[in-house]
This record gives sequence, structure tokens and C-alpha cells, in this order.
Amino acid sequence: MKEYTITVFSENNIGLLNEVTIVFSRRKINIESLTVSESEVKGVSRYTIVAYMDESKVENVVLQIEKIIGVFKALYFEAEEIVHQEVALFKIANSTKLNGNLESLVRNNGAKILTVSPDFLVIERVGYKAENQELFHELEQYGVLQFARSGRVAVSTLQKDFTTYLKELSN
Amino acid sequence: MEAATKTQNTDTMCKNAEHLSGAEILVRSLIEEQVDSIFGYTGGAIMPVYDALYDHQDKLMHYQARHEQGATHAAQAYARISKKPGVCFTTSGPGATNVLTGLADAYLDSTPLVIITGQVASGFLGSDAFQETNMIGLSMPVTKWNFQVTKVEEIAEVMAKAFYIARSGRPGPVLIDITKDAQIATTDYKYKKCETVRSYQPMPELDMSQVEAAAALINGAKKPLLLAGQGILLSGAEKELMEFVEKTQTPVACTLLGLSCFPTDHPLYTGMLGMHGNYGPNMNTNECDVLIAVGMRFDDRVTGNTAKYAKQAKIIHIDIDRSEHNKNIKVDVPVLADAKEALTALNKVVNGETKEVWMKTFKDFYQLEFDKVIKKQAYSDNEKINMAEVIRTVSEQTNGEAVLCSDVGQNQMATARYYGFKKPNTQITSGGLGTMGFALPAAIGAQIGDKDAKVVSISGDGGFQMTLQELAMIRQYNLPVKTIVLNNSFLGMVRQWQDLFFEQRFSCTKLDNPDFVKIVEGYGIQAKRVSKREDLDDAIKEMLESPNAYFLEVVVETESNVLPMIAPGASVSDMRLE
Repeated sequence: MKEYTITVFSENNIGLLNEVTIVFSRRKINIESLTVSESEVKGVSRYTIVAYMDESKVENVVLQIEKIIGVFKALYFEAEEIVHQEVALFKIANSTKLNGNLESLVRNNGAKILTVSPDFLVIERVGYKAENQELFHELEQYGVLQFARSGRVAVSTLQKDFTTYLKELSN
Repeated sequence: MEAATKTQNTDTMCKNAEHLSGAEILVRSLIEEQVDSIFGYTGGAIMPVYDALYDHQDKLMHYQARHEQGATHAAQAYARISKKPGVCFTTSGPGATNVLTGLADAYLDSTPLVIITGQVASGFLGSDAFQETNMIGLSMPVTKWNFQVTKVEEIAEVMAKAFYIARSGRPGPVLIDITKDAQIATTDYKYKKCETVRSYQPMPELDMSQVEAAAALINGAKKPLLLAGQGILLSGAEKELMEFVEKTQTPVACTLLGLSCFPTDHPLYTGMLGMHGNYGPNMNTNECDVLIAVGMRFDDRVTGNTAKYAKQAKIIHIDIDRSEHNKNIKVDVPVLADAKEALTALNKVVNGETKEVWMKTFKDFYQLEFDKVIKKQAYSDNEKINMAEVIRTVSEQTNGEAVLCSDVGQNQMATARYYGFKKPNTQITSGGLGTMGFALPAAIGAQIGDKDAKVVSISGDGGFQMTLQELAMIRQYNLPVKTIVLNNSFLGMVRQWQDLFFEQRFSCTKLDNPDFVKIVEGYGIQAKRVSKREDLDDAIKEMLESPNAYFLEVVVETESNVLPMIAPGASVSDMRLE
């Protein structure tokens, strides 16, 4: 089983997300993360899906997704073919225990403090899942009230043509 | 703008927009799409559409099924015969859920359907209102496309798109769920046919490098074998297939759904593929050097164990659906194209000569199969009639030119094996889903699709009882459908598996049947039962010569198995003859 990042471009229509996820669920493939938002072309959604599956399955999964009416294109990538990030938010109790150590921890991890209130503060870190998880462990000593992580967003290092194709469609 | 009258000529509608109800728009959309027949069953949530239909009976004939599943199977067969999408109307909730089997069947067998389901008013959506079901969610996995209409303004455009999607590319079923308020509300109407959907490319552009690569393999082949699937029939490539085969002298085998795309009496025809197919083409699948698969999808019933399937051969796969390439079988040369287009291109660059030694192997295998199986079954001398001889007799008496609608099970395999198909599109059966109860409503749809055809429905006693209420359609619309029930008082195919693989533990397969003749006569249809061989010929003759509907029950051997057979998980070349 390998980790694949699957990128899907579709119309922004009700029900299409469901159709895409059915392709995974009927094959008993668990989706590790899923992010959907409008792409660089108005009205066209971009999905980033992370899932583990056999190498022999991934091509068929992508082709089945591409078969859905409303999907423009589906592509799959291995780790080295994409640049990807996740956003993590950490809510920490703003108590007397907080001191300069926290500030340096935040700085050393490339994170930043988003909000400070009398009761809590929120730290944001953009990065790889493993690094965000590591920061979570380090912050646990301060008492993490909430930890929220986004799904992966990714852009490929290889595919450039599709953006052009999408833009042609929107013209 | 003045409200249009319902009798207004639809020809003028495209020029000037009119103000019409959603139901009226829907009905007029069907007329614009050249629909002439609709199958369905009315109910509360589709009543406005039925009301609108009342004024267009001169153009749109509605056939009232007795169960929505029957309506869908009839529409499927109608589509296959007429080459137009089959159309069904049903109400919401239970009416709509009853079409799911037909949808799944049509999806797996690439049959174009446009199913219109009524839905509760949009304000009730998601509230578990009376007869509300989430038809979009339910039908999503078994439709090529589906859409819920909640606004009257959407109807014309959605209908145009539905027909375009259902019939283009690899055909398939479409479901449009339309809320009752959208059916009742009014709007301006102007119809425009759909010719493109920006996120859908039904017809891939033929890549000539793939054609050349395929031709290179074909022209160098010493032992080629062509597997013909339903894609030939769907694309109307029968002539191109014949030209290809004769030019290259390639032996042909058909999949179950491909049957009738190539005449069974042609010297290069070698039989049916798969689990209960003919011995020669199955055995030779693991002997050929080039396997040319056209419009078929390497279904597991065709391939047996894929790990041992045609490992020695170079495989060319012509299919319009990109996702079928390398899905079940690794392909050497994929050709992404409609079968007709690909064969037309190939015919310009292929050649070949008679392959006598190779062809002889098929003949030898056939002789072996004839001696061990066919002779015993189709020319049986047992006390009881064998279902194979019934089909052989029908084949001989119709000269292989009738439309055969078979059900699922032993009767289906006997029909596929022993009917000598001569004309395209003369076999209609449920292939991918294997839906018992398919044959009778399918025969009704086929008869409506081609009023001049001699349509024969072949069922077992099990399948017949799943949809026999559709006999009422035969009677109501005076359809001359001939129905044969091969009665062995068993679910024959499951009994066969119990016999071979479950130590003859015949669990829940014995059927204590009713008097079929009396039931059919109750529907006002002439009926007869035969159980003696000496009566069979005349009974079939009487049935075929009847200008009206006719039902024939043939009491057949209980313990006969359909052979040869590839056991589950076995290789195609491990086919057993006994």
C-alpha cells in the first residue's frame, strides 16, 4: 500500500463530492484527508484527496473518478511529485504557566500566534502533517485545549497543462 | 406572454418561447427528443406529468406496467431494439426505489435509459415526508448521471442534457428526480438540444498510433482470436466486424451480451466465451498469440482466474471507456475508441490469410463438445425434455431470426448456447447484474420497440414468478409476445452449483410451483403445457404461428446441468466437459 495524493477538478455542483467519495468507499479505500475549494478557475472545484492503496488500483480509481459526469480531470501523484502542506491550529490555555519558552517553541517551529485572549491563545502552523503532529506533542505540556488540522492541499510539480485547459474552458 | 394551450403544435415551440407548466415542459421535451413510447406507473408525486401526458397521447404512447421494475426492464429492451433511450415515469418513494434494479441492470449493461421520478415538493425535501426517498443518493452508484430538479426553469435544459448523456459515448441510464412543485410551476419554455457538456467527452479522438500498433500485432498473428462484446452492437459495427474478420481470417467468439453481433453460422464463428460458453474459444484463449477484444470488458464470468488468463497472448483492447483498459486484464495495446470507428480504421491497414491449422483446433474442440455435451442435451434421448432441445427447436423453427429475451440462470445459458443468432440485436438478456425476472418485461419492451419482430421470452419457473404480473401488459396492449417457461421446479443454476460445489445440499432451491397455465389464462392469454418430447415440435410451431400472445410451459429435466463449465476461480482452459 502506498500513499497517493489524488487531485480532482470538477464542476462546483451539488452531489459531485458524494459521487467522488463513492469511488473510494465501494472499493473499501479509506480517505485519509480531503480538501475541496474553488480552483484558479471560477466555478471549478479542486479536490485534494490523500489515500493509501495498492499501486495496481490507483490508476483505475482515478479513471473511475474521471468518468463521473461533471469531473474534468483526475490525477494521482506520489510524494515527490507534489508540493503539499496542511494547516494546524492549536488552542492553548492562557495561564500563568506560559512564558518565553512557548514563544521560542512557536518561533523555532515556524509557527505563529494568531490570537491572544485573556483565556487562551491560538497558534497556527503550516507544514507537513508529521511536523504539525510533533508540535502538538511539544505543546501538550502547556495544555492543548483544541487541536485542529486541515486536510492536505497540494500542487503538482509535473502537471502544468491542466491549468491552461481549465482556463480555456472558462473563456 | 399569453399562456399556451396544450394542443399547440410543438414544432413551433422552439421559435417562440411559451409559458408552460413544468410537467408540460417535461412532456414536450420528450417529444423534442423523438420519444414515442414511455413505460411507467403513476402515483401522487408524478401526477402533474401524467396529466400533461393526457394531451399528447397521439405522439407519446404510455405503457402501464404493473410494477416499476417491469417498466424499467421493458424500457431497457425497447432501448436495445430501437436504439433510442428507453423512458420511464414513476412516482416518488416506493415507486422510485422500485426502479433501482432496472437502473443497476442498465448501468452494468450500458443501456441508455432516461428515468423520470416524481419527488415530494421541494419544501419537504429532507423531512422524511410521505413517500420521500433520497433518490439522488440511492441512484448515484447505478446511474451514468442523475439530477434533482427543484425549479421549473431547469427542466428543459436538464432533459436535453439527460438524453445527450444517456445516448452518447458509452451509453447508460440517467435518472431525473423532479419535485412536485417544479412540475406545477410555470415558466417560459424554449427547447434547445444538448450537444456538449464541458466536463464530459463521450467520443475520444482516435489515436492512429494505437491503431498502427494494433495492426502490427494483427498482421503478424499466427493464432489470433477476436472477442466480440456488446460494444459492437452499441456502435452498430457489425459490418465492420465482418469485414475485419474476413480480411484477417480471425476466428470470432462472442461474450454473452455480444451474441448476435456476428452470425453463428459463419465459418469463422467459434462460439460463446465464458463460464458456460463453448469449449473451443475458452480453451484457445490460452493458446492464441494475439487476443483482440472489441467492446467487451473482461468480465470475471468471461476470464475465470485472471492470473491464468491469456498470459501467452498479446492483448489488444478496443473500448470507448478509458477506465476499462487494464482494469481486469493488463493490455498490450489499448485502443480508446468506439468499436465502429476503430474497426473502420483497422480495416484499412490489416490483412491476413487462412489459418487452417489454427481453425482446425476450434473444430476439434467443437466436435469434442458436441460428443460430450451438445449431443446429450440438444438431442437428448432421456425420458424428460432437456431445455437445450427446446431452444434448438425454437432456433430451427424461427431460422435464428427471432428476438430472444432470456432470463437468468440455466435457461439463459441454454438460450445463449443453443440459439443460432443470425441477425444483430436479437438477443436481449441481463448480463452484468444477472437479474431474474428480466425476460418477460424485456420481451414486452422489445415487441414495442419492433412491432414486426417475432419476440420470444425464455424464462425458468423461478424468474418467471418474479415479474409475471407484466402479463397484464401483454394483454392490455395486445402484444404478440411468445413466452416459454422452462419448468424444472428448481432454481436450476443454483441447484447446479449445489450439485457440483455444495455436496448436493439443495438448500432452498426446490420450488413448489403454481399451475402456470391457469395463471396465464387468467390474464386472458392462450397457454399450453407440454411435458412429452413428441408434443414439443408441434407446440412450438403452434406458439410461433399464433398471431397473438402465447404462453408455453415446457416441463424439463430437473437434474440437468449446463455444461461445459469453468468452475469458480478456475482458468478458462480448465473448462470441464462433464
